Amino acid sequence: MTGLLVKNAYVIDPLSGVNGEIMDIAVRDGKIVEEVGNGAVVIDAGGCLTLPGGIDSHSHVCGTKVNFGRYMSPEDMRAGRTSRKGVMHVTSGYSVPTTFGNSYRYSSMGYTTVLEGAMAPLEARHTHEEMRSTPILDMGAYMVLGNNWFVMRYLKDGDIEKAAAYVAWMMRTHKTYGIKCGNPAGVENWGWGENVSSLDQANIHFEVTPTEIIKNLTEINEHLGFPMPLHLHANNLGHPGCWEITRESLKIPSNVKGKPNVDVEWAETKMNAKRHESVYLTHCQFNAFGGTSWRDFESGVKGITDYVNGKDHVVMYSGCVPFGDATVMTGDGPAIHDLYVLTGNKWSNTDVECECGSGVLPFTYLKSNPVHSVQWAMGLEVLLYVKDPWKSIMTTDSPNGGPFTKYPLIMAWLMSLKARQDTMAECHKWSQDRSGLGGEEREMSLYDLAILTRANPARTIGMAYRKGTLGVGADGDVAIYNIDPKKLDVNDYESLIRNLQNSEYTIKDGEVVARQGEIVAIPEKRTYYSDIKVPDADEKHMLEDVKEWFRYYTLGFSNYPTPERYLANPTPMTVNPLR
Amino acid sequence: MKVEDVVCPFCGCLCDDLVVEVENNRVISVENGCTLANEKFMGDHRLKNPIRRERGSWKDVSYDAAIQETAEILLDADRPLLYGWSGTHGEAQSVGVHLAELLGAVIDNTSTVCHGPSILAIQEVGHPGCTLGQVKNRADVIVYWGANPIDAHPRHMSRYTTYADGFFVKDFRERKVIVIDVRKTESSAVANEFVKVDRGGDYAVLSALRAIVRGKGDLIPVKVAGVTREQLFRVADTCMNAKFGAIFFGLGLTMSPGKNKNIRNAIELTEELNRHTKFTISPMRGHWNVYGSNEVFTWISGYPYAVDFARGIAFYNPGETTSVDILRRGECDACLVVASDPGAHFPRACAEHLARIPTVQIDPHVNATTHLATLQIPVAVTGIDAEGTAYRMDGVPIRTRKLFEGTYPSDLEILGKIYARVKEAKGS
Repeated sequence: MTGLLVKNAYVIDPLSGVNGEIMDIAVRDGKIVEEVGNGAVVIDAGGCLTLPGGIDSHSHVCGTKVNFGRYMSPEDMRAGRTSRKGVMHVTSGYSVPTTFGNSYRYSSMGYTTVLEGAMAPLEARHTHEEMRSTPILDMGAYMVLGNNWFVMRYLKDGDIEKAAAYVAWMMRTHKTYGIKCGNPAGVENWGWGENVSSLDQANIHFEVTPTEIIKNLTEINEHLGFPMPLHLHANNLGHPGCWEITRESLKIPSNVKGKPNVDVEWAETKMNAKRHESVYLTHCQFNAFGGTSWRDFESGVKGITDYVNGKDHVVMYSGCVPFGDATVMTGDGPAIHDLYVLTGNKWSNTDVECECGSGVLPFTYLKSNPVHSVQWAMGLEVLLYVKDPWKSIMTTDSPNGGPFTKYPLIMAWLMSLKARQDTMAECHKWSQDRSGLGGEEREMSLYDLAILTRANPARTIGMAYRKGTLGVGADGDVAIYNIDPKKLDVNDYESLIRNLQNSEYTIKDGEVVARQGEIVAIPEKRTYYSDIKVPDADEKHMLEDVKEWFRYYTLGFSNYPTPERYLANPTPMTVNPLR
Repeated sequence: MKVEDVVCPFCGCLCDDLVVEVENNRVISVENGCTLANEKFMGDHRLKNPIRRERGSWKDVSYDAAIQETAEILLDADRPLLYGWSGTHGEAQSVGVHLAELLGAVIDNTSTVCHGPSILAIQEVGHPGCTLGQVKNRADVIVYWGANPIDAHPRHMSRYTTYADGFFVKDFRERKVIVIDVRKTESSAVANEFVKVDRGGDYAVLSALRAIVRGKGDLIPVKVAGVTREQLFRVADTCMNAKFGAIFFGLGLTMSPGKNKNIRNAIELTEELNRHTKFTISPMRGHWNVYGSNEVFTWISGYPYAVDFARGIAFYNPGETTSVDILRRGECDACLVVASDPGAHFPRACAEHLARIPTVQIDPHVNATTHLATLQIPVAVTGIDAEGTAYRMDGVPIRTRKLFEGTYPSDLEILGKIYARVKEAKGS
């Protein structure tokens, strides 16, 4: 390969400390290099905004509940269909696009890496099959473990070593990237139609509390040396007043130090590209409801952001609500049931034996709805109130707050006070009265946005050794937008949105994959997972228990693992536990 | 050679605990399997090589010629239909969907004549379900409605429900089993409560139960579709007092008068019960990988069955784009049948149309469709001499095994070659 040279690029690369330098970017053999020879393909960026490829560190794109979102909603499929064209397959889906739809729409937006936010171990093969059917994007998935029988049993017995050995074995067995802990202790209770409502409430039979699960899983996470912190979806999601339990949950691992220990070669960056946090909070907005009922509902975001601003062990993503059609889907089965009781919308639920649960429900956020309009404001508050952008990440928790295709709209709201004011003028007055957004005048810069959508998601999940930067040695993932930052007028946010929606060029591993909204090449993708080496003896003892308890599954032990053949270009990351 | 933990490619139970003995590229014994499994593994009625109908008799043809002819038939057709898919693995189904896309064809699976109405109901009101292990470990009340598992899914009761020992239900005798059907069956004989419904009366009985659960029991007349008020109250009471209840329904509910509206009513009853306790509902999927075909079709095209690519986009309108309707209207002019037997299961008018048009069947066995087909290509049997992914009736993906290296190509290989030829001819 002779390489690629992007000339005259207006580069923003926060991990390299580059903020708006006009420079050239050279890529050879898929990696960013100092320079390339004369034979390289040259793209003249003409002073346009050039960023590292985007990274979505939490999206629902592949697996059982995602596909059920499609299966149960032909109306959503019909709302987003495109025909076969060039190298592109047919796509369907508006809030839950088909696998090819996800691939093409993320790529067109300049994103090159997407992590699936929740994977049930028993259904891991399904998630991997869909990831394999989502071309171009580098991917991985987080394993749901917060209500896992084996984990809970070990915690009840105080056998943390075995719990850690189990977690390590599960990651390798199902080729998964990190630990997701959703509504700890509560989803097991949902097996009986119940939930938990406080951090100290022990669940039925297993008698473990959310506090114990959060504490131990964060410690296990760091003991094992995972690339990312524990990914926590706090209890009581979607209930008025839930912001308090969220803040209290974040306090639990405040003394746990982030100790990622992964054998990788790091790209050259100016900033420390390693994470130090011990907890990565999911969808802050959905866990930041204030008030005590729907009548006195209000934003409780400030209670959480005040805490996060004063601490350095927390990183979180927003879960923004851009209005319109969405599909709520989560491993938190009881939360979705609550929403079904509230709305009467069609409701699906899949509890998974010995492991976890999930719920799916199509949902429409309306500007005229008082609660929805506050949720819109809250999603933006989360990002605007956190002073240091290295503590937050921008998402919609796609498709929960809305589809990821609305990221440009959210970027515009963050960057433009006028965009927020114009939208607020169309919203129910609660958006003004029950949140602080109306009084917030902060306008984020392109540099801030590059942190929220590139540098920080990559750093948080331990991918910054190759993603989220244009430092030498990083993957040649580059996004060039038809935006001249020197002439940028954020009051003209419509053109900002338009130009962020479809990149001029999206480059993956040094190859142009998308041009102005059209996919032009389908290079090989990668699937990442954590390959954790625990001592054989620990694993042997743990497996004796697992095999003995396997009779409570309906699948045999030997048919349980997900072999590497289910992964497109399997890319294990060697993780080294503490000795 | 004995192979353990073998997955049975017969029904939607996908039992994975079979022990199969193989000798000289043949299965010679099966342990743990039901009679259906034994027949599937031990049966030996395979077609030896591709055959082509010529002036009323069958002629042997080579694989290459058969593949070429299939590609040509599909390319020549204006309205090709690719039907079946439930008896093969997901990897082959995936090629099938892409072939349909390339051709601008309709692709449909056997849901169209089994749980299609269940899918329509789910698309109206959702689906509160669970994996089978939740039922095994927790359920103290089990309801079979319009289903006869002892005949159709022989190990469903012993592995997953009635007779299974679970974590919380240590002794299977703690469970109450209710069977609701229009006639006595072997399954009703083992139930604690049998509710005999008049034919076509399921919808009314479901509505009556919903009314009772909602506290409107005073509306219930003395009898509803042959079921006494007393029994209706008893059943509702059992369900509401369950710690964990699970409803399983079969074609007796999906294909009897009311069809998708029956299922909608059953799902809404389940949702109603969830306001009192924990209840789930699950379809008894028939073919071992019919649910896989729904899954694969959905993640690629957005729709679980009846997908029409003729307009260049994926279009779905059951009743219009479903195989039975397309065939009955005489609309399609070529059909590729993969891993199913429409000749045995479709209405006569549809079978007649299949016999009139070029119909190619990819299937290991001679079946009723063979008699309508112009060309048949035998393949390896997934789960015996080919492997691949299947989705159990509850959505759990399980990899079927290849027990020996046989001489037949797999569905995936044949379809891959057809796809390549079509792609080449289309120049795309």
